[in-house]
Amino acid sequence: MANTSTGSDNFSAAFAAVQSRPDAGPDWLRSLRETAMLNFQETGFPVQRKGNEAWKYTDLRALAQTSFAYPETPGSVSPSRLASILPFDDGFARITFVDGRFAAELSTSLDLPGVTISPLSRALGSNGASLRQHFGPGQDRPEDSFTSLNTALFQDGALIEVTGEIDTPLHVVYITSDQPGPIAVFPRTIIIARPMSRVALIESYVSAGDGQSLTDAVTDIVVEDGATVDHYRLLVENPKSYHVGRLNTVLRRDSTFQSLVYETGSHLGRLDAVTLFDDTGSSASLRGLYITSGDQHIDNLITIDHAKPHNTSRLSYKGILDGKSSAVFGGTVFVRKGADKTDSHQQDKNLLLSEEAVVNSKPALEIYADDVKAGHGATAGAVADEALFYMQSRGIDAETAMRLLVQGFASEILDAVAIEPLRLWLEQQALNALPRFEQTISE
Amino acid sequence: MPLLEVRNLHVSVAGNEILKGLDLTVNIGEVHAIMGPNGSGKSTLTNVISGRPGYEVTSGEVLFNGESIMHMLPDERSRAGIFLALQYPVELPGIRNREFLRTAVDALRKTRGEDKMPIREFNKMLEAKAKALGFDADMLKRNVNEGFSGGEKKRNEVLQLAVLDPKLALMDETDSGLDIDALKVASEGVNRFRGPDKGIVLVTHYQRILNYITPDFVHVLIDGRIVRSGSRELALELEARGYDWLREEVEAGSSA
Repeated sequence: MANTSTGSDNFSAAFAAVQSRPDAGPDWLRSLRETAMLNFQETGFPVQRKGNEAWKYTDLRALAQTSFAYPETPGSVSPSRLASILPFDDGFARITFVDGRFAAELSTSLDLPGVTISPLSRALGSNGASLRQHFGPGQDRPEDSFTSLNTALFQDGALIEVTGEIDTPLHVVYITSDQPGPIAVFPRTIIIARPMSRVALIESYVSAGDGQSLTDAVTDIVVEDGATVDHYRLLVENPKSYHVGRLNTVLRRDSTFQSLVYETGSHLGRLDAVTLFDDTGSSASLRGLYITSGDQHIDNLITIDHAKPHNTSRLSYKGILDGKSSAVFGGTVFVRKGADKTDSHQQDKNLLLSEEAVVNSKPALEIYADDVKAGHGATAGAVADEALFYMQSRGIDAETAMRLLVQGFASEILDAVAIEPLRLWLEQQALNALPRFEQTISE
Repeated sequence: MPLLEVRNLHVSVAGNEILKGLDLTVNIGEVHAIMGPNGSGKSTLTNVISGRPGYEVTSGEVLFNGESIMHMLPDERSRAGIFLALQYPVELPGIRNREFLRTAVDALRKTRGEDKMPIREFNKMLEAKAKALGFDADMLKRNVNEGFSGGEKKRNEVLQLAVLDPKLALMDETDSGLDIDALKVASEGVNRFRGPDKGIVLVTHYQRILNYITPDFVHVLIDGRIVRSGSRELALELEARGYDWLREEVEAGSSA
């Protein structure tokens, strides 16, 4: 089925330009891009929602009809501007990209012991054949059109290879600039944690302007034997932006993966996160907090694949929704045949601050193994009004009650954030979600 | 002066009149049971007295200690001494029982011009009251009502009553969903609260709880009005005969 949107026509032109550049990369990549572009042209954006479970509650028509420009050069972002748009002042090692290109002037020194941090384009420029395995479709899952489009058009992103135990967090920052648009950017991140290594990483998506844009981001993480990765993904782009992200994580033997996804920015934000247990003895804790307002729409599609036995997964997402905003949570845990001694639990809870906010929450389990401990739960959302009245009926004023409610709700996700400036910032974000107080009484 | 005076109260919910001219007077030291079939307006009455949003008071008023409370927010009514034990207690994810009650106690003390209660004193008081209701200390660390059984939720309401020690307790179907042991424990909690300086309004569908908490007065609420008031014996009669005879008598009376 050919897609006829102007959007994909623009991307065809962009693709031709990418492939004809002298620095288009090694042959294997050019060939991969070719296949990916064909796949995207074949499938187009998934605007058809009927019969398409993955996109059932998210309407991409407006995105598909937008004509996005593919910027030839990155827009300019000054260091002082960067300071004002960074979520928090961390002082951590930072690699920054503007419109999908490496921005050396906005990055810190990347020369740290135990880890190699570099722009992906640099490694690909010198062939980078070893990186081939981090691209392209998974073994049993067809590549989706956003991943294909990213593969066809990405220019750069962070390549992080961890070999030692890193004590301070690393920050990867993707900025969409305010150059004339709407523009589309395609960050690509590869994180490889070598055996017995340990690292904490923050991946932030921010806007320097307030115009419309599209970010189509793909991150691949491999946690090798005995390694530990704490990964934080922050979506704080401007309220007009579209953001479609993919987070693929492969866990090898006895590894530990902790993920926190925080989503508040963007007009339409979507994350497909796939965590694959590729060996035994590993654990994954996937947490998420989304805070929406206005007419925002946030969609999380989480897949945990227990392909091998003796692995543990915990999935806990929470949403705070205000205004006419909407959210979708789709969580599927596959327990494959033979994946015995799997221990899995998932839940999604939502706090609705407005009666017009809507959430669709559908945790699901698909179990093909025998000896499994698994559970799931979802609450479509205690409307905050009830909790508010309950607390007021105990003498607590509405403002204090609401603060306790939001803090308490978010704390179950945020208490485990080990990076203090990040946790403080996230807690403040949750408090900022509080409605302004003008309560009327029923008289 | 009565502790609570409800005068000719008319209340609508989404355009439907639920209370149609209800009068009720509760003097200090009295326990009133309000009984009635489902949908008669029992919960509406206690919710309106507590200031719950969503109810439109079209006429009449509620006086507490001789003053109208109609202009007061729910938290102001609570701090003035009105307590509502909810029929369906709400779960508060991420808010622990201990912190919740401490915030409530401090809000009350602030209104009275008192300092915050020292933590040790508060904990000692709280743990003693929780123990009396059959809760172990672990329960205080749990989130308010989250994952509680129906019986635990209702007992938690009685714990809050004990801790906040109001002047007037409105108990909305505190007995529903309790097994006999839990009912006894909850009733004992209410009886400990009972006293010459307190008032209690006990809303119930069943007579059973009145075996444990003896009311001074029993009122029957049907179709938004109190159609009969009497003593403890009225409740026994209702248990034996149901509500229909009373409903028929009322209808016959009003058409005569």
